[in-house]
Amino acid sequence: MNGFFDIPSDLQHSWLGLIGLHVREALLPVLFGLVLALPLAQLCIRFRWLYPPVLWVTTVLYAVPSLAFFVVLIDYTGQTELTVMIPLGVYSLVVLVPAIVDGVRSVPQETLAAATAMGFGPLRRYVQVQLPIAVPAIIAGLRIAVVSSVSLVSVGTLIGNQGALGNLLADAMFYHRPELAVNSVVTTAVLAIVLDALLVGLRVLLTPWMPRAARRKPKAAAARPEPAPLAPEDAFN
Amino acid sequence: MHNFCQTRRVFGALIRIDSVTKRYPDGTVAVDRLSLEIPDRSITVLVGPSGCGKTTTLRMINRMVEPSEGTILLDGRDIARQPVNTLRRSMGYVIQNAGLFQHRTIVDNIATVPRMLGWGKEKARSRARELMERVGLDAALGKRYPYQLSGGQQQRVGVARALAADPPVLLMDEPFSAVDPVVRKGLQEELLRIQSELGKTIVFVTHDIDEAVKLGTMVAVMRTGGRLAQFAPPAELLSHPADDFVEDFLGADRGMRRLSFFPSGGLELLTTPIVAIDSTAEQIAARDTAGAPYLLVTDMEGKPLGWGEPGGLRAGDIRPEQLLPHGRPFVAGTESLRAALDCAVLSPTGWAVAVDAEGRAAGVVSQQTIGEAIRGAHAEGRETDQGTRAAPVTKVAR
Repeated sequence: MNGFFDIPSDLQHSWLGLIGLHVREALLPVLFGLVLALPLAQLCIRFRWLYPPVLWVTTVLYAVPSLAFFVVLIDYTGQTELTVMIPLGVYSLVVLVPAIVDGVRSVPQETLAAATAMGFGPLRRYVQVQLPIAVPAIIAGLRIAVVSSVSLVSVGTLIGNQGALGNLLADAMFYHRPELAVNSVVTTAVLAIVLDALLVGLRVLLTPWMPRAARRKPKAAAARPEPAPLAPEDAFN
Repeated sequence: MHNFCQTRRVFGALIRIDSVTKRYPDGTVAVDRLSLEIPDRSITVLVGPSGCGKTTTLRMINRMVEPSEGTILLDGRDIARQPVNTLRRSMGYVIQNAGLFQHRTIVDNIATVPRMLGWGKEKARSRARELMERVGLDAALGKRYPYQLSGGQQQRVGVARALAADPPVLLMDEPFSAVDPVVRKGLQEELLRIQSELGKTIVFVTHDIDEAVKLGTMVAVMRTGGRLAQFAPPAELLSHPADDFVEDFLGADRGMRRLSFFPSGGLELLTTPIVAIDSTAEQIAARDTAGAPYLLVTDMEGKPLGWGEPGGLRAGDIRPEQLLPHGRPFVAGTESLRAALDCAVLSPTGWAVAVDAEGRAAGVVSQQTIGEAIRGAHAEGRETDQGTRAAPVTKVAR
């Protein structure tokens, strides 16, 4: 009974169950962060003066260690998943707001002028022009948010075993089973990589309009007068 | 300075700019008491150095900039009282670098305004494909994305997109400044062709006086500080610049440019100094006394090959490569005196070659004869300045 995938019964989950739990605890906060970041970013774009203070506040929040966050939250939300997910949501927000603001601001002036001149109202312009063009930047932000969220969930093991795959680390010490620690680390890493790859796939799917420099180099480069700036993460693909 | 607009009324004015001023909060005056009557179904060019308020003026017409004072009337109705997005959808807008939606296909880019106006997807797309043809784009490009098109093609898409909902007004803000000169020339000619078919009211902003003279039915020269310097048809602008500023802005070769407005149809062409390549010795000898120092040799179809000295041409043994080059010929009647003079100046013999529409030699003409024709045209120009002006010849020339 000392196998790699034999999960101690106190965790009340199979290995796959832990993965599912981990994915939920990691992704729900990112989703929550995105839903909050979209209107917040729009406000920062609309009122330029708002962006520096928002950036300042979110950066300070980002600097708060997750453990400190948990300790404060335990008084209100107890030793629950929610206590883990709230800080993760805040961290996602911190990453996503600048990503969306910069992405939306990178839309060329003439594109915006053209949209306005064609009779786009502000909301229609944001939803139909600015957001779609900002998709690469938003997904770049989502990738950072998702990966860091996946790794941070493990910390939840310190507050009532709410760390999903991270709980294996505690059990590894508790039961003197180092293979559980290896399992935890490897599974978490693979999970992060898989989710990241899914996001890259999503971006490719959503942006057929982006020049794909890497795939057909010389010919495409010649035919393209002004290539849109590539997202930096393309270098790692 | 402001009464130019009252001097002529060629068409019923569609856009009337009435003593409009744009003052920014920091006190900068972009446009200063500007009055213009922009005629219906024609191209009005706003031209001037940077900072003269031409783009601001254009943007006030579709209310992307609101005037501080004054009114703008569209077909007699104050645009400030119309719903802004409805107003904008009735005006096509073309800008530098096209400003295409990079995330939409070419067809969907063009179909944008029709879709907003509630057209069905298929109707809007078929309209878009129709417009692609009109602006000279291959329909196969419709499924591509903007990044896959060249700058010139993107600009054509920009024009098609502006025309999609068939708006009565087209606003164009330096649309061709970012493309290379060859592509620009093609786009300008395409615009003139489209305009001759559609008859829109076009307001065109440029800093390039050549473009203004080439495209404009009327040209408004603006000066720094947003004031109107002169509002006149291009021929009048070139012949009678209102002041030193306009004259300076028109540049040193104003006289040469003005020749573009004189037709070459009146030129007396000599046909005697032309011989075919298969001419006999007698035929060459008969041409010898024609009064020209050289003979123009043509091929069997009558297309010019080059100049030869009368004494040096031996019947049956005329080799084209030994002839003097004849330079670029001009199309008799269609092209202007400027083209004719240019041919003569470039020709090593000092004689210009005129061809017909099929490229066959129609005659030759000396610099001297062209010079006389120019003097004649100038004299005539002075007489007709009070009356109607000749339509610019360049508008039909390729």
